[in-house]
Amino acid sequence: MNDDKLMIGGHEFESRFILGSGKYSMSLIEAAVKDAGAEIITLSVRRANTKDQENILDFIPEGVTLLPNTSGARNAQEAVRIARLARELGCGSFVKIEIMRDSKYLLPDNQETIKATEILANEGFVVMPYMYPDLNAARDLVNAGAAAVMPLASPIGSNKGLATKDFIQILIDEIDLPIIVDAGIGRPSQACEAMEMGAAAIMANTALATAGDLPMMASAFRSAIEAGRKAYLAGLGRVLTRGASASDPLTGFLRD
Amino acid sequence: MENQFFVDSELLPPEALAKKHALETDPSSRKNHMEYLPGMERIQSDVCANVMEQMNSYDYNKYTAKDVKAALEHETCTIEDFKALLSPAAEPFLEEMAQRARLETSKHFGNTVYLFTPLYIANYCENYCVYCGFNCYNHIQRMKLTMEQIEHEMKVIADSGMEEILILTGESRAQSDVDYIGEACKLARKYFRMVGLEIYPVNVDEYRYLHECGADYVTVFQETYDTDKYETLHLMGHKRVWPYRFDAQERALMGGMRGVAFSALLGLSDFRKDALASALHVYYLQRKYPYAEMALSCPRLRPIINNDKINPLDVHEKQLCQILCAYRIFLPFVGITVSSRESAAFRNGIVKIAATKVSAGVSTGIGDHESKYTGKEQEGEQGDEQFEINDNRSLDKMYQDIAGEGLQPVLNDYVYV
Amino acid sequence: MVKINGKTEAAAGMTVDQYLETANYDSKRIVVERNEEILPREQYSETILRDGDVVEIISFMGGG
Repeated sequence: MNDDKLMIGGHEFESRFILGSGKYSMSLIEAAVKDAGAEIITLSVRRANTKDQENILDFIPEGVTLLPNTSGARNAQEAVRIARLARELGCGSFVKIEIMRDSKYLLPDNQETIKATEILANEGFVVMPYMYPDLNAARDLVNAGAAAVMPLASPIGSNKGLATKDFIQILIDEIDLPIIVDAGIGRPSQACEAMEMGAAAIMANTALATAGDLPMMASAFRSAIEAGRKAYLAGLGRVLTRGASASDPLTGFLRD
Repeated sequence: MENQFFVDSELLPPEALAKKHALETDPSSRKNHMEYLPGMERIQSDVCANVMEQMNSYDYNKYTAKDVKAALEHETCTIEDFKALLSPAAEPFLEEMAQRARLETSKHFGNTVYLFTPLYIANYCENYCVYCGFNCYNHIQRMKLTMEQIEHEMKVIADSGMEEILILTGESRAQSDVDYIGEACKLARKYFRMVGLEIYPVNVDEYRYLHECGADYVTVFQETYDTDKYETLHLMGHKRVWPYRFDAQERALMGGMRGVAFSALLGLSDFRKDALASALHVYYLQRKYPYAEMALSCPRLRPIINNDKINPLDVHEKQLCQILCAYRIFLPFVGITVSSRESAAFRNGIVKIAATKVSAGVSTGIGDHESKYTGKEQEGEQGDEQFEINDNRSLDKMYQDIAGEGLQPVLNDYVYV
Repeated sequence: MVKINGKTEAAAGMTVDQYLETANYDSKRIVVERNEEILPREQYSETILRDGDVVEIISFMGGG
């Protein structure tokens, strides 16, 4: 278990829980990071506050990798623009691409995401695209230079869990990059289930932001993600099926 | 040397015999089998390294019954699971493997079985592969069909109702060049709906040309993935170059072919390792070219003219069945072809479990379809066979037998685009 | 007039540095985009804002 590391774009992480920082008070961030055991935190890129107001960077503990997202982008060009601004802020070259052309369901646009991934990967970014779990799009993202693939479990902010479970499983089986389940994970049990399936990590935000006690929920997610990972590595036990299928032996024709 | 393959013909001139003996007994007289020859294209690919890494580290004796049971319970068969299914520990679970394999086959292929026939158009060969009836030191009747003769053969085969053909040559670029094979493909397009090739490996542009001539599927058998063993069996000729052969399927796909087929010749080396490597060759290429169609064959060694001692060694029917079930469980989507090297009883049984394609009306000789199909004495000479076949059922008989097993024989369902 | 973060401001003629100082921004925590091009930090002191410029001053915020 000790050498079980999450590798993203050549960077090594112990924690498999990527924490969002949206929709809750900055004063809770430090406790959330600590109780989540998170090593990566997502941020958005927005018009700046002045010195009189709080700056989120003051609330993030040392050593945590910042993962700026491109939320607000409606196409590849806007996402590229936001990513470049984020890198100019001087906090590394990770970027989570998030492109929505739909403001009702906030579903990601895979086509535009592939385009942006290619441009940014060529510019040396560690690109982590958020996407709808489609195998062909995921393959295109791999070819475009993504460092991980982040399929949604259900619509963002919905806390509805693994609505796309079978399709995420296909990505886990077929794609040679870390599959990080992002969006829609609402409960620790859902995070655990995704990890049992072989997901490389979980990204959660709303599930924590809307919980009664945020740091305690962060800790619950941490335990669930670790449990799911261990179960995956251990190899799940058998499930007995009801009844047996009696049939003639198929191998009776074989000669020695 | 440990093999039973060497046979000297009294008709070989003394110099040729001396060279043959030198190749057989003195490794320093043989070229480096890992080195490309002039004209052989090199492509950038990590498939070979991936396959070899897995094969070299495969220790099949470490797997236990527990690993096999776990593999059979998993919904998705991982590489580790597949290794367990190929191991000796899986032998007691053959029936369970067959049940699971049948389920996977029916999920992907329903109850269909495809039919095809091979057409050997030339048996000249410039290689010395010690187990093969076509090897250049074996004294056999050599022949290369003219276009008129090829067309005649195709007519006879097409009249039997066959719609898919696999064109084969011995591996001689000098005798059977790409243009010659291309012309044969163009003729085949007239008589058949699907044309496959099993010829010497060529470069990407040549595969592209052959595709334009009408071929859409390329079969290349690696024979063995054990490079050291390969070196002792393929003593001379272009075929001796192991890595160029390994990348043939990828070059074919780069040249626009729709599908590719693979196999080791089981019995040449450690069959479990060869089966692992064959399937992983498919696995890694499929991940790289997800749109390509992939097929596996499973030939075992057969007696050849002038050497009836050649046999499949430790690959008995049970082992062959185990390999095919493991292939099916690991690669549910792959086509599995079982040739007429195997008996009618084996082929009837295996199509119910894992195989999706069988040959019928088979001759591995040259220019002898009319006599074989009609019993009529054919005019002119005929070329000798590559190996002895085991199942000589005609298309009609095969069709009836498959239908009689409750399966659906399919002559073709494919569109050339 | 200069459009800065969507607001029209009488900043023409000032250097970027001067504007950031006046408006109370922490220049280490922001990035400045002028007419859709990122302005390198070392040019803040010599770049003079001109009439009609569109400027965005950007920083990190919470987000998922």
